[in-house]
Amino acid sequence: MHPLVKNFTNMNPYGPVAVFVAVAVAAALAFSLLPGLLAQRKPNPEKERAYECGVEPTSSVSGRFPVKFYLIAMLFVIFDVEAASFYPWAVQMHVLRVFGLAEMVAFIVVLAIGYAFVWKNGGLEWR
Amino acid sequence: MNPWLIVLIKSAVLLLVVITSFAYAMLAERKVMGWMQMRPGPNRVGPWGLLQPAVDAVKLIMKEDLTPNTADPLIYRLAPFISLVTAFSVYAVIPFSEPAPGNLWAIGNVNAGILFVLALTSIGVYGISLGGWASGSKYPLLGSVRATAQMISYELSMSMSLIGVLILAGTTSLAGIVDAQHRLWFVIPQFVGFAVYLITAVAETNRAPFDLVEADAELVGGFNTEYSGLRFGLFFIAEYINMLTVSCIATLLFLGGWSPVAGLSIIPGVAWFVAKVALFMFVYVWLRSTFPRIRYDRLMAFGWKVLLPIAMLNLVVTAIVVAFTG
Repeated sequence: MHPLVKNFTNMNPYGPVAVFVAVAVAAALAFSLLPGLLAQRKPNPEKERAYECGVEPTSSVSGRFPVKFYLIAMLFVIFDVEAASFYPWAVQMHVLRVFGLAEMVAFIVVLAIGYAFVWKNGGLEWR
Repeated sequence: MNPWLIVLIKSAVLLLVVITSFAYAMLAERKVMGWMQMRPGPNRVGPWGLLQPAVDAVKLIMKEDLTPNTADPLIYRLAPFISLVTAFSVYAVIPFSEPAPGNLWAIGNVNAGILFVLALTSIGVYGISLGGWASGSKYPLLGSVRATAQMISYELSMSMSLIGVLILAGTTSLAGIVDAQHRLWFVIPQFVGFAVYLITAVAETNRAPFDLVEADAELVGGFNTEYSGLRFGLFFIAEYINMLTVSCIATLLFLGGWSPVAGLSIIPGVAWFVAKVALFMFVYVWLRSTFPRIRYDRLMAFGWKVLLPIAMLNLVVTAIVVAFTG
């Protein structure tokens, strides 16, 4: 193990991380509850209506939505999984050397073919 | 003393430091933007406006907390909470100065540090997308869908741009990456990765010129249009803390973290760390007062067609160099 990665205690480093996250949750909870205790409250039906530039809301928000956002989400899932698989390889690169390079170039070529296919078929255009 | 009690005290102190840094980062931004636009900036409350953050906090707490009657009340309240918790939690793994016994240098130095940070910042997207959806109003919904598409697109180039650093460092531990830079900061061999990271970091935190999420001219205020009072404030705090986080990551991964400039090791490492983070925060303000907002289709095309291929090319070139020379 790297000399710097030691923690000067026999504690598992995720223990303190869990404590910090618990403190962060407590602080965020306190901030979320504070307006209920301190903020003034003068309810009024006009205030509770959804903001629509000051006019009467014309229609409900649920409805059709441009399909291009779904396409972006799908592409993200595909490419992000690929990106995640680079991480363990990158850390071992100085051990794997040319073997690791050859393995990864094969992987990247497959990825690049998919990327070129998406580009050519207009998956990256915003229309 | 019980070691867990020490950890608890350290955590509470660090959280207070982070919140105070947020308050003064915001004031510094308003001050610097004021100077860049030839006006004084906040200067009414306390000397140089130094008490302005405290006054703003009191104002936000006392403001009425409105919930639109079309909103989903539970998720509407949960969304800012998610944003804030994920923004805070990242600081559990960030090392601030050189490791030494009894030094507050990191709450927990986990060996998967960079993965922990990326995982938490990805969860942060939920705060924005749920907040806009749960408001039950058109503009927040449009703003949050845009924001989600923008953040996931740039997240991809961001995680690709960091792989070059990992190849050179051979570890995902943040302290280990800083230690691997003792001869040469990674900003020099990884300048392409650094440039891609810097651009994606601005887009990930939804700051100008990539602040399409808030695009006030077309979307009123974006995903947080319906939020008022402290609930709006929580999103605001989370945004600034995320800016500080990406500045910390850029410092650790590319600028050698706490290592001194020009051998000036008399100045403690934590001061160098803070100075480098402040430099990135200044760049944020500088960009905001220089560039107009980019158009949405160009933003998406830039992310997918320019940044992603550059980041992948950088990764391949780094791998080739390390395979044959490293």
